[in-house]
Amino acid sequence: MTAPPDDCLARNEWICGEYLSTRREILLDAVGQHLQLTALSVLIGLAVAVPLAVLARRWALTAGPVLAVTTVLYTIPSLAMFSLLLPVYGLSAALVVAGLVLYSLTLLVRNLLAGLRAVPEETRQAARGMGYGPIRLLLTVELPLALPAAMAGLRIATVSAVSLATVGAIVGFGGLGNLIYAGMNTYFKAQVLTASVLCVVIAVAADLLLLGVQWLITPWTRAKRG
Amino acid sequence: MKTLTDAWDWLTAHWAGDDGIWHRLTQHLVLTVVCLVISCLIALPVGLVLGHLGKGGALAVNISNVGRAVPTFAVLVLLLLTPIGKWGEGPTVVALVLFAVPPLLTNAYVGMREVDRDVVRAARGMGMTGRQMLWRVEVPLATPMILNGVRIAAVQLVATATIAALAGGGGLGRIITAGFNLASTPQVVAGAVLVAVFALLVEGLFETAERLAPKRGSR
Repeated sequence: MTAPPDDCLARNEWICGEYLSTRREILLDAVGQHLQLTALSVLIGLAVAVPLAVLARRWALTAGPVLAVTTVLYTIPSLAMFSLLLPVYGLSAALVVAGLVLYSLTLLVRNLLAGLRAVPEETRQAARGMGYGPIRLLLTVELPLALPAAMAGLRIATVSAVSLATVGAIVGFGGLGNLIYAGMNTYFKAQVLTASVLCVVIAVAADLLLLGVQWLITPWTRAKRG
Repeated sequence: MKTLTDAWDWLTAHWAGDDGIWHRLTQHLVLTVVCLVISCLIALPVGLVLGHLGKGGALAVNISNVGRAVPTFAVLVLLLLTPIGKWGEGPTVVALVLFAVPPLLTNAYVGMREVDRDVVRAARGMGMTGRQMLWRVEVPLATPMILNGVRIAAVQLVATATIAALAGGGGLGRIITAGFNLASTPQVVAGAVLVAVFALLVEGLFETAERLAPKRGSR
């Protein structure tokens, strides 16, 4: 009979270097799943939000319903949202992605629409006067000018998605949320704290990354100051 | 379609008892209301005073962004594993308040700062004291924005109270988690519908209140 090792794992401490070294693979897998879930859902959300915002901008009649539906979706608590999608997707990663897409839609559509609406009428008229058709106007004038507002929405949507993905643990696809859920049931403090901190780190890193991207793709916003 | 009718059957048959809908609904409502009151008592005085003095803006605005990056579920579980976890609903209440304070604080602060500076200067010129300006000029004009913060906080509270069920808390979320444990899709869907309807009702209630509020402000 050997005595149990007297390390921080055995003592169930909050901060534990031993945990990091022995559970590295589990942590990396969870981080990978977390990143996949968030990135996929934000990208799909963006792909759906852009046409919706353009539609709402072009035909004022559609703006009301589009905003109303996305607001209703945003009001539904995440746990209920994932549960409502259960009959459609079953216990799968697709369920979590679909739920996160619906959340990011609200933030993205609202910010995109605000950005498009903020494009000055003079700018639009100038482009039309230069012979721009509606599609060229949209792609080369309106959408670029809406970028700062859209990027602000994208940053909020991404940070929210990182944090909401943890609730996916209810169906077993929550990335780091899975570790938190498992850690809760086994009273494993180091695992819960490490996974929670990693979640916040991912959210902050994603936010900074998008801020950098915004800096790169909107050179005109800093030309004024320089 | 089958799932929907099964969920309807579940909904109509499970109102009584400790795990029944009535009990869970009351728990959810009490949790939300109590925590909303506590959060308002903490956040509004701070937000109003900071807004009145025009100080601490960076804190008041950024606290919302920080709140968004921290997963609700993680905070709930972390609190559950601390000594607070032993007080029954303690972790849930603390987590709910933690997540309701940022939107309240930010909106109160921004609402106060967005009051027309000319109006504030006119009030000062009329010889109003700081306290009179706060209660008679700034707060009435900032009311729509403050109420908007209360609405966001209330919706956030309903959502957080639902997630609390994952960490053993009470409320409507419990119906959903129990449904998952029993692998009963109808129960999960029924619980989700209840939570969604509850959240939308809260949102609708505040939307109505917001529509009525400006009439008092611009009397």
